[in-house]
Amino acid sequence: MTSYGQITRDGLWDKNVVFGQMLALCPTLAVTSTATNGLGMGLATMAVLVASNAVVSSFRRIITAEIRIAVFVLLIAGIVTLVDMAMNAWLHELHKVLGLFIPLIVTNCAILGRAEAFASRNNVLASATDGLMMGAGFTFALVILGAVREILGSGTLFAHAEALLGNSFAFLDTTVIPDYKGFLLLILPPGGFMVLGFLLAGKRILDARLQRKAVESIPDVESACATGHA
Amino acid sequence: MSDAAVQSKLPWRERLVFHAAMLGAVALLASGALAIGNRFTAGDIALRHAEDTRASLQQVIPSAAHDNDMLKQTVDVADAGGHHVRVFLATKKGRTTAVAFQVVGQGYGGAIHLMLGIDRDGQLLGVRVISHSETPGLGDNIELSKTKWILSFNGLSLTNTPEKQWHVKKDGGRFDQFSGATITPRAVVKAVHEGLEFYSRHRNQLLNSTAAAAPKKGETP
Repeated sequence: MTSYGQITRDGLWDKNVVFGQMLALCPTLAVTSTATNGLGMGLATMAVLVASNAVVSSFRRIITAEIRIAVFVLLIAGIVTLVDMAMNAWLHELHKVLGLFIPLIVTNCAILGRAEAFASRNNVLASATDGLMMGAGFTFALVILGAVREILGSGTLFAHAEALLGNSFAFLDTTVIPDYKGFLLLILPPGGFMVLGFLLAGKRILDARLQRKAVESIPDVESACATGHA
Repeated sequence: MSDAAVQSKLPWRERLVFHAAMLGAVALLASGALAIGNRFTAGDIALRHAEDTRASLQQVIPSAAHDNDMLKQTVDVADAGGHHVRVFLATKKGRTTAVAFQVVGQGYGGAIHLMLGIDRDGQLLGVRVISHSETPGLGDNIELSKTKWILSFNGLSLTNTPEKQWHVKKDGGRFDQFSGATITPRAVVKAVHEGLEFYSRHRNQLLNSTAAAAPKKGETP
């Protein structure tokens, strides 16, 4: 049985949707021109993941293997549309920015992937936790990617954060490099690929270092397993 | 053995009819959830869109120029090519002072939606970009938050600016282009010019329609 600690670890780091599984790259690269957009897209995806995992898990005993994919897609599409409508009504500023990409969450393979790989085999609570952690890991990846591209590309960080989080979070909106002329390449899609490449390389290096440390110390079964994914 | 006979021997969960019923039930469930979601959000979504439109109207028509709710006084004008343009009328004491409507330009990254405010004599009160997908850092200089370029339209009309000046400087006109982006300003200039022509074609119809929409004494359009 999977433990909640393992689910958390997998979602946030070891099997991180972007950095570990390399899934969902289309929305990842498309929206992360700013950290705020990344955060918004991440949170929307997280909401969908938690809901879809919970729903799929509660249906897992009735859904037969032959039609499961069709049922999953139907459920996910329904949930995404609900999130889309809710954002349009209550997070309208952010919806104007992300509006085009929200319906595309349906095609985010990470969501169908978690439904198939995890939620259809585990109980509701574990599945919801998995959705939450996978979503948190996805959000984390998008914010990091967005932050790097935003700082280097336009010299700001969390620009227009108040549109997402309300006026009380306007302080997040910082100008990192004043009078910066901007580096357009990083804001355009090629910059997304480049930054993603460097971040992936960084994660590999970090994982390799962690693994070496784990081997050097007294062989401890648990940590060896945990870093084994790298 | 016929197909039906094969089916009836299977456990009920593996029969075709169960699969079909299952899919149907899930589809029903999903559409039910969407219907409920729509009920709860439709009102708010409509409000948000009205706010958006009102905000862009306020930017192109000075609030001193009208005393009506422009969202409520609209005329749908059929233009050449069969498409309809929704025109918002600004009236003061029942007299039409200005009109506002959207025009679309074809930019580098797709459609550029603009809101034009035009006073009754055909002079531009303001132009604002509602939405666009131009290159960030180059084409998005048409936004007021980036540069003041879009203000260069203020006060222009078909009468005070001759036809051949309605181009970017590169094409011999009077409007600046941006370094690295000519297609975007060219599209905006063209769309604004077309908007003014649209107004001059339908001017009488528009100014008369207010009188019909909100009849007030002493008004001869």
